[in-house]
Amino acid sequence: MAVARTSMKGDRRKAMIWSYVFLGMFVVFFLTPPVYMLITSLKSNAEISAAVSPWWIFAPTLENYVELLSSPTYLTFFRNSALVSILVVTITMLVSIPAAFALSRMKFWGSATLATGVFLTYLIPETLLFIPLFKIFVFVHDLTGIELINRWWVLVILYPTLTVPFCTWIMIGYFGSIPKELDEAALIDGAGYLQILTKIFIPVALPGIIAATIFAFTVSWAQFLYPLAFTTSADQLVLPVGIITTLIRGDVFTWGQIMTGALLGAAPPLIIYAFLMDYYIAGLTAGATKG
Amino acid sequence: MALPLILIIVLLVGYPALFSIHMATLNKSMERFVGFENFTFLFSRETFWMVVRQSVVFAVTAVVFKALIGFCVAHFVHNIPAKGQRKWRGMLLVPWVIPPAMSTLAWLWLFDPSYSAFNWILEGVGIAPVNWLGDPNWARFAVILVNVWFGAPFFMIMYLAALKSVPEQLYEAAAIDGANWWQKLWYVTLPMMRNIIAITVLFSLIVTFANFDIVRVLTAGGPVDQTHVFATWAFKLGIESSDLPLGAAVSLFMFPILAIAAIFILRDINQRGNEA
Repeated sequence: MAVARTSMKGDRRKAMIWSYVFLGMFVVFFLTPPVYMLITSLKSNAEISAAVSPWWIFAPTLENYVELLSSPTYLTFFRNSALVSILVVTITMLVSIPAAFALSRMKFWGSATLATGVFLTYLIPETLLFIPLFKIFVFVHDLTGIELINRWWVLVILYPTLTVPFCTWIMIGYFGSIPKELDEAALIDGAGYLQILTKIFIPVALPGIIAATIFAFTVSWAQFLYPLAFTTSADQLVLPVGIITTLIRGDVFTWGQIMTGALLGAAPPLIIYAFLMDYYIAGLTAGATKG
Repeated sequence: MALPLILIIVLLVGYPALFSIHMATLNKSMERFVGFENFTFLFSRETFWMVVRQSVVFAVTAVVFKALIGFCVAHFVHNIPAKGQRKWRGMLLVPWVIPPAMSTLAWLWLFDPSYSAFNWILEGVGIAPVNWLGDPNWARFAVILVNVWFGAPFFMIMYLAALKSVPEQLYEAAAIDGANWWQKLWYVTLPMMRNIIAITVLFSLIVTFANFDIVRVLTAGGPVDQTHVFATWAFKLGIESSDLPLGAAVSLFMFPILAIAAIFILRDINQRGNEA
């Protein structure tokens, strides 16, 4: 028995050591691109095109960062991205919190169908919608004279289609887990629906709201197809598209600047992730398990 | 209170989705009804069948590898002492956090024809440089690799959460019955994780099948349209060549797989709803 136990312990130990070995390998695989971005961003153009090891920085320099952060075009991309993301997050929350409250508590005609509809909408990818939306926007322009193509704010109209369904869906889950006794008690005390929402549901489901906010922000920040299809002039572009269309001029790739731009563009979601990792992961797993 | 939600769903998702079906039956200038002409035109083109094949190969291969790697890595994280898990998990999820358009740029630079950092390593060990994005087969490999790199961490997180929810007693009972690790995996872990595996695979299949960012940035469909998937080809035809109806027709081919996956997911959710 004692032998069996020590061998089991030994097996555990062996499994653990191998786990570390493989984890190390996967971390290298997963972190190579971002680390390589950082390496390249700290090199001068001369060093990048020199025949030396691409994996080592021989003469670290911040010139790429200085150049990008003092370039009005790049700062415009950053501003557009930030504006779009903040507006989209605000709209998403204003739409999905009341909707999730209604769907989880008020049983009205068609509410079950609507909840399913929300989920189905989440499954429809933007790659199916951008062409008809493009044409619809052209129609709107012909009818009303409002130009929607090549305006950064049109993204504020488009992105909620990506964020609202998912956020509503996970908020329904969070709200549904709040015991009914809480709102009944509040009703007896004379609270209205609005008070129940602001005084009970929002505070109690705050972790869910934070997770949904993070989701909405990262989706808006990363979205690539809509801005690529709907905006073209440099002053209307957001970061992902801006970096790809303006820093790559024809066949000339200024890789130091491209990597710096991409790394700075990846920074906001990475920073949020670093500080709010638990909420970030809660939002990720909620989508599939809360259903 | 749900009115804004309904408006968004109906006006910006439902209506465009139906409108794209109508669009696909119009001619290029969208003035004349042409019936199925766009579709018969597509069927007659070799590129179309290449895109169909590539989309299926791309999505299926990528999802299988994402699921496998995610499953293994989740086990590795689960095996190590609890207090170190947070740190590892944090590092392993980074690919999922970086916007794919940005991280694919890093891959594009790693695969660069003249300065490829991978080729530099290969040369160091005496292997001839690989034309990563210029050779059709390597380019197909590259887009799948990047997709696996981006998506595997998501599977890892989902499976890790599922692993943590398997009661320890089940493993103890299995150990008492003399089960080896393989039997524990087959008879305890997998049945307990069946639901979460099914749903993540279906989700990922939808997202991967409709992928745009990675293929667009890495190869833009090249060399000679060989790595196009439905989304990137629809973009090329619809927006770049301004044949919107033809682009709409191409993107509609994503619909069947979406519908099938959606039916399965909804069935699963309804079942779980009834159990609760």
